[in-house]
Amino acid sequence: MTGLNTQSHTIEFQEPLSLKSGAQLSSYSLEVQTYGILNAQKSNAVLICHALNASHHVAGIDPKSGKTGWWDNMIGPGKPLDTDHYFVIGVNNLGSCFGSTGPMSINPATNAPYGSAFPLMTVEDWVLAQSRVADYFGIAQFAAVMGGSLGGMQALSWGIQFPERVRHCLIIASAASLSAQNIAFNEIARNAIMSDPEFYEGNYYAYKATPRRGLRVARMIGHITYLSNDDMAEKFGRDLKRIQGAPQDYKFSFDTEFEVESYLRYQGDKFADYFDANTYLLITRALDYFDPAKNYGGNLSKALQVMQSKSLVISFTTDWRFAPERSREIVKALLDNKKSVTYAEIDAPHGHDAFLLDDERYHAIIRAYFLRMQKEVL
Amino acid sequence: MNPSVIRADFSAIAKWVKPGSTLLDLGCGDGDFLEYMHSQKLVHTYGVEISDFSVLACVEKGLDVIQLDLEAGLALFENQSFDMVVLSQTLQTIHETESILKEIVRVGKECVISFPNFAHWSHRIDILLGRMPVSKSLPFDWYNTPNVRVLTIADFEALASQIGIKILDRVVLHEGKEVTWGSNLFGSLAIYRVQSA
Repeated sequence: MTGLNTQSHTIEFQEPLSLKSGAQLSSYSLEVQTYGILNAQKSNAVLICHALNASHHVAGIDPKSGKTGWWDNMIGPGKPLDTDHYFVIGVNNLGSCFGSTGPMSINPATNAPYGSAFPLMTVEDWVLAQSRVADYFGIAQFAAVMGGSLGGMQALSWGIQFPERVRHCLIIASAASLSAQNIAFNEIARNAIMSDPEFYEGNYYAYKATPRRGLRVARMIGHITYLSNDDMAEKFGRDLKRIQGAPQDYKFSFDTEFEVESYLRYQGDKFADYFDANTYLLITRALDYFDPAKNYGGNLSKALQVMQSKSLVISFTTDWRFAPERSREIVKALLDNKKSVTYAEIDAPHGHDAFLLDDERYHAIIRAYFLRMQKEVL
Repeated sequence: MNPSVIRADFSAIAKWVKPGSTLLDLGCGDGDFLEYMHSQKLVHTYGVEISDFSVLACVEKGLDVIQLDLEAGLALFENQSFDMVVLSQTLQTIHETESILKEIVRVGKECVISFPNFAHWSHRIDILLGRMPVSKSLPFDWYNTPNVRVLTIADFEALASQIGIKILDRVVLHEGKEVTWGSNLFGSLAIYRVQSA
């Protein structure tokens, strides 16, 4: 056991980054956290890609905030992705609000926060920026790139954009593109933010304002899509929010009546305290835009032809945000190309959120996959 | 089942697989056959399994495996996309018999189908004596068997011709040895090489 060996880096990049939109970031910085030890051959590096509201803080307890990393149950000494053997890198994506350059950062051209002037990001742009983090550490090829949800899209995109730089893509609870329904939910969330009077067309920093109400609604709608119907029924049912022992009678008001309302309001408030509204807009848009098959007339098999990596695709039966069918599309496209792929469909009750939770069968598959990978890369 | 019986089954199938070919093993279990195939020949394989435990066992062996319910068909696989599709001692566990047979000959240029022969003489005697057979090839009691279809060599051949499946080859075994006459009476395991007619 070597311990988690957490190292934090702020990496400044002076080389401009050309974005898919045609815009350019002249310079930028990325917040990075690493765990474990990079071996001499630099063959044991695993990149973790985050989803909407997560960050580079993947594992362990952050000494500053006291918070636990968002994938701490997956990554660490003796965990399914074992930092005693692998060097794990978490990167906060461009445009996010946890320290990497984003809408809150100072625009060198104006000396004021970018706000709405921050360029729109795509999954491909993030992957390109992450490849420069790999260069920074001198990593020619990742043993694996791994992510859930939007993170899984980045893992897939790694296989397409840098086929020779990744040995394994782990694509969990993800999809090769959003469905119309997914985009619709994102649009409601964005609309909630943009119609908040405190939004000031994205330049709310100058007004010392925050579109809190919009962010709260955005988070509430998001949360509903992360949970399964059964999960919500089990957690909250129709229970009323009352102190213990008090009668379960209606109050005939619009105050918090049901437990589920209380939960959503709490989640919304918590989120509005720490998350940036422009980042929310930007990341949901990156989700909408991701569609590697688009350049191939919608043919995903053709889009994945260039991949050289092996893939592990995992879905969860009760996930209706990125349902198993969506993962099977990726699997089919890989099979059409006779790429090496393993697919597990985990029968878990927790909806989309399951990828963050500690499900025994799910973790056993990941653990076995990385154990096996050691024979190849160590 | 004892290992020598399994080996006989495996090696009979392996003889039909050309080096360098793509092979899909439907109902691959813990991946024993696929592991055996890799030890014999250079082949590109995928297994298909529904059980969580078996999928995990395959991952532990480093085999590519797809978790899928065979009853739902093979929509993930294109027409004639594999040199060989193997359905080894799995046919008798599937409800949608006709549909899976049609699916495998759609996906595989050639297919191998093996199943325990219910008409083996020892099974006939069991039935005559009034009990459901329990043997090396049918090792379960009636109340805990995963088998939902019991069939004989004659039954299979009748169905094959009825649904447009051409039999290219047949090997019938008992206790790991080839049975060359009276197959439906003396064979306990039938292995066919087939394709779409």
